[in-house]
Amino acid sequence: MFLKKFALTGAMLALTSTTALAGGHGCEIGARVSIVGNEFPAIQTVGAEAAKCSGGEVSTNLTADHQKINVPGMQGDPAEYTSAIIANSSIVALMNEDVIRPLDDLVAKHGGALSKNQLITIDGKVMAVAFMANAQHLMYRKDILADLGIAPPASYEAMLEAAEMIRSKGIMENPIGGAYKAGWNLAQEFNNMFLGYGGAHFKAGTAEPSVNSEAGVNTLNMMKALSGYMNPDFLTHDSNATNAEYRAGNVALLNMWGSRAATQTTAEGVTEEVKNGHAVAGPMTVGGGTTPASTLWWDGWTVAKNISDAEAEATFVALMNGIRPDLMSDEDVRTQAVWLIDGYEPTEAAVGVFEAAKMGTIAYPMLPYMGLMHTALGAELPDFMNGSESAEQTLADVEAAYVAAAKEKGFLQ
Amino acid sequence: MKHATFFWFFLPTGLAMLFFIGFSMVSVLTQSIFAPHEAVLKEVETCTPLVGCTTETTVDHAATAEKRAAQPLGRFVGLDIYFDRGHLAVQEVAEIWATASGGGDFWDRLYNLPFYRAMAFTLVFTFVVTPFVILLGLMIALAVNALHARLRGLMIFFSLLPFVVTPLIGGLVLFWMFDSRGILGSALQYLAGDPDLSLKASTSLMWISIIIWGIWHAAPFAFVIFYAGLQTLPQDQIEAARIDGASRWQQVRYVVVPHLMPLVTFVALIQLMDNFRVFEPVVAFNASAHANTLSWFIYNDLSGETRQLSSASATSVMTIIGVAILLAPVLVRSWRDFKGKV
Repeated sequence: MFLKKFALTGAMLALTSTTALAGGHGCEIGARVSIVGNEFPAIQTVGAEAAKCSGGEVSTNLTADHQKINVPGMQGDPAEYTSAIIANSSIVALMNEDVIRPLDDLVAKHGGALSKNQLITIDGKVMAVAFMANAQHLMYRKDILADLGIAPPASYEAMLEAAEMIRSKGIMENPIGGAYKAGWNLAQEFNNMFLGYGGAHFKAGTAEPSVNSEAGVNTLNMMKALSGYMNPDFLTHDSNATNAEYRAGNVALLNMWGSRAATQTTAEGVTEEVKNGHAVAGPMTVGGGTTPASTLWWDGWTVAKNISDAEAEATFVALMNGIRPDLMSDEDVRTQAVWLIDGYEPTEAAVGVFEAAKMGTIAYPMLPYMGLMHTALGAELPDFMNGSESAEQTLADVEAAYVAAAKEKGFLQ
Repeated sequence: MKHATFFWFFLPTGLAMLFFIGFSMVSVLTQSIFAPHEAVLKEVETCTPLVGCTTETTVDHAATAEKRAAQPLGRFVGLDIYFDRGHLAVQEVAEIWATASGGGDFWDRLYNLPFYRAMAFTLVFTFVVTPFVILLGLMIALAVNALHARLRGLMIFFSLLPFVVTPLIGGLVLFWMFDSRGILGSALQYLAGDPDLSLKASTSLMWISIIIWGIWHAAPFAFVIFYAGLQTLPQDQIEAARIDGASRWQQVRYVVVPHLMPLVTFVALIQLMDNFRVFEPVVAFNASAHANTLSWFIYNDLSGETRQLSSASATSVMTIIGVAILLAPVLVRSWRDFKGKV
């Protein structure tokens, strides 16, 4: 292990030594760099490391609202942002609007430290450089499950059984946590479960919706059953609120983002019980299927189209500095994510995401019209979840809402 | 005022209104009758980490750019967006009308369509909040006015606080108090003896919370206007009423309120307009599962990954029309009063 690391570090040093000159990490750029992206810890690190380059101004705007501003901020000519840090769902919006440039020439010139699987290749062109993977998977309280003598659930059916045991023993009133906030989060949980039941969002090869199916009904019924064991406010709980419940010791089982696994017990006010009892496992299956009820994600960076070649090169170099392999020797950085960077040794918090990849979890669909489907699901599912509609009616509404939006955007006639 | 004088007097305002209001309205109107071109799609090989290479659908940029260059505004769709399911849902309403088994069924199914559901909440909110704001504002103004002069400044400051607090922040504070683990949420659970009682899970309780927020937030606005009005109240009229033996209630009813009437009209006008565009509490209360408004639809269309500009523009135009309809009776009345005076 040591030897492997040593060899990698050596290789990395050889690669960066060509640019290693002035102070810090010796990254020299010749033009402005402006980065927009999400705000979670791993991306903060990438942004901060990119900003260490000298010779040009590097500014970052890392915010949860990045999806609302990245497209408008890159449509101008010259674009305000020279790079957007995105995930597989949000690169679609940038691709649809044609605001990012192919990176093949820059990869050839400066991308020596990248491994093949970091290159997001679309139609033979490298459109983004991925630096971390993500997936939703099980997090649970091993102390509570051990007391009850049960194994961590491998399926949602087992999760329901475990929840019933915890409740009936009077340990917790609402033992299941879930980011079921109306809108994006709720729709994402539907996507997970729907793929787990073997559903497909669209009729093969078309933009026609196909969520109103047996898999769709099963998905909704399972989500309804799970919500029976959640805090009654579940339709307003996003990942942050769900984690707050878990950290306070009110929840024993939850499906949560891998990118939040490492920080789950480090927040202020986490009880000792939760700290010692916290454990991570792979995603669960559902309905006897073998495909996990989850989706696989990557986060990566892009370079804007409407900027000068000098700015594009500076952006590429700065961001390469943000994901350089020697960062992987920093313990804090290492635990922040499941990095796709050479030299990364998985930590305990990464088990869930690796398990997800191993189990053949389906990647979040990178289709031009998937965003419209996601939005339609987020808007219509609450009617079923709060009990005012049947599953069939809700799914019919989802399809109708999606069709109206897809017609407007020109995906359906 | 002579017409020529009026013209020169009004010109700067008129120009500013043309630039900042007129042009944006034209722009919104244009965007609502054009939609993006029909997408040209192609199948390409896509390679991603952990998954490998798969065949995926993507937008054909060369072909799309050509279409955009030929017709930069997009494809003309006329009123299609206004009539689609996300807006007036003409086709769906016709079908519901034809197949509904009765009045109840008709309303239930109409309520299932986003636009009509949003209108239901918006109108209830507007017509409950507006009168309460006026009434509460008047009561606070009368109470503060009756205080000793030294206490007034302090009371005015405290009464104004809800209006000073940023709407979103005020909404969030209330939202956290209503949380099932918050102070009000827990108190309600204790009082009702039901540990599963959740304000956020019940549509009617959510509506009530938002309406309470609306009144709490806007009452100080009405208060400040009425309080200013009370300072111009002719004391001799009040004295005359007192000498005639009018009770305190009668003084308010027959002297104060008629004096404040033009201000009531003003507050009603502003409140109808503001309340029809209610937006902040829906965001702050995470209430989109229970209460939607037109403004929230616009926000939802424009944020995130979908960016439905045409849909958002159509909703904006409908909001403008809605405000115009609401204000029409009040405006017609003021116009008549004006004509009467001339």
